[in-house]
Amino acid sequence: MPGPDDALKPPRSAADDEAFKRELVQLIPHLRAFARTLCGEPAAADDLAQDAMMKAWDARNSFQMGTNMKAWTFMILRNQFYSEKRRSWRQSQLDQEAAERTLVAVDDPEAPVALDELRQGLSMLPAEQREALILVGAGGFAYEEAAEICNCAVGTVKSRVSRARRALHAILEGGAYDRDGRSAGDAMRSILADAERLSTLR
Amino acid sequence: MGVRADGNFAEGGALSGDEEQSRGRVPRERGPEDMIEQRSIDERRKTSAALDEARLRQQAIGVRLRQMFDEVVNEQIPDEFLDILRRADKRSSENG
Repeated sequence: MPGPDDALKPPRSAADDEAFKRELVQLIPHLRAFARTLCGEPAAADDLAQDAMMKAWDARNSFQMGTNMKAWTFMILRNQFYSEKRRSWRQSQLDQEAAERTLVAVDDPEAPVALDELRQGLSMLPAEQREALILVGAGGFAYEEAAEICNCAVGTVKSRVSRARRALHAILEGGAYDRDGRSAGDAMRSILADAERLSTLR
Repeated sequence: MGVRADGNFAEGGALSGDEEQSRGRVPRERGPEDMIEQRSIDERRKTSAALDEARLRQQAIGVRLRQMFDEVVNEQIPDEFLDILRRADKRSSENG
């Protein structure tokens, strides 16, 4: 984020910009993925990721090269999301249709089912738990980094992640929802079967 | 860790049933330590099975969660992103 003493810093060279850009480009896929988990709908998510990318680019002078750029850009994206959310995106309204539309076409015909259920389950979590779980459980961030991104204490992130895990498990397992007349236990079975399949692939 | 964690995973009163049974038993020649020993082995077995199950399920959700995220990560970056960045870069080099 731009600080008050930006103007005092020596101007950055073209090489600095080039290095920054290279690193930023490498982060685009991760920004897109994080944006997708925040706002669900792919087109809106890409808009968000683009905005965040541009904000990061514009603020490049305040970024300390060599520090964690991924966490830094994720923080920008998250801030962007919550400030835009006030204007238009109501997660709760989007979730249902987003979950339908974001079905990913993959080779395995069984895989989309579990993915869909997982998205549904995620969408039922409180936003703060969902983002904490995504950052730590999927984004590969340490608790400390996630805390920085979410602007909260490390202990808070830890408890959000653990509550999210429990809640998600309960949702997928216990049939806290049902859809298309399919019992929710199917979701867990499908996820388990998938996980088994994936672990044998690795 | 087996016994302590019981509270978290005991469901449907299966364990409390055991408890009542053992409480209702007539004292035998074996000392109370033996009973406690025996009971804790059973409970530990149950608990560790429950823990394994829970852990497995959490792992499965974790794997799926990462997969969901990675699917987007592995998508090709839409040209738009790179175009926007290229334009911004050009603008800033012209201005600077």
